[in-house]
Amino acid sequence: MTTLLYFAAIREKVGHGQEEMKLPDHLATARDLVGWLRSRHEGYEYAFADLSAVRVAIDQAFAGFDDPIRSATEIAFFPPVTGG
Amino acid sequence: MIRLQTAPFDVGAELEKLTGGRTNIGAAVTFTGLVRDASYGRDVKRLHLEHYPGMTERALAAIEAEAAERWRLDASLIVHRYGTLLPGDPIVLVITASAHRDDAFSAAWFLIDWLKVKAPFWKREDGAEGSRWVEPQDSDEEASGRWS
Repeated sequence: MTTLLYFAAIREKVGHGQEEMKLPDHLATARDLVGWLRSRHEGYEYAFADLSAVRVAIDQAFAGFDDPIRSATEIAFFPPVTGG
Repeated sequence: MIRLQTAPFDVGAELEKLTGGRTNIGAAVTFTGLVRDASYGRDVKRLHLEHYPGMTERALAAIEAEAAERWRLDASLIVHRYGTLLPGDPIVLVITASAHRDDAFSAAWFLIDWLKVKAPFWKREDGAEGSRWVEPQDSDEEASGRWS
């Protein structure tokens, strides 16, 4: 199982902050995962319509959408950060 | 050291804890970020700080380790608050301590610049016109770039 996390505006658009999923084997990258999620529910479609406004972290480290996810236990999606 | 908390912090007490009894330290720089009552022409009544528990600590620790690589630091501290804050509230504290002031100043500046673009925090502002997520500022990205 993989834990998917959503934060801030992405969480609001998806409709929840966390879920556990068995990801299909054909999903190799974060981009594949986004495409698969978008086909499942309109909340994901809304959240991931503009990927330039989305950042991804794989196992709590900033990553790119073309990075591999097969060995990941935790994948998070969120907007560009605004701390400090 | 890294700390995340909802409670306010006491700059003087944190400085004393970090540097007390360490007479090799000749310079300590403290930076305190405060919640403004206006953000790019918009009133701010309240600020909500969300973060990614787990990754936030890792990201801040990595930033702190990077500072320790680049400058001669004897101690450093990052305290970041989350939850709901009001204008005037302290939101982030950076302290750097070194034998000499140049290292302390540079490291403190670096830490706050990098923290703004490399740690998973998100701000939402409540104002007269409703609530909205804060957009990242190009100026923050440029400020972090000066250290690369």
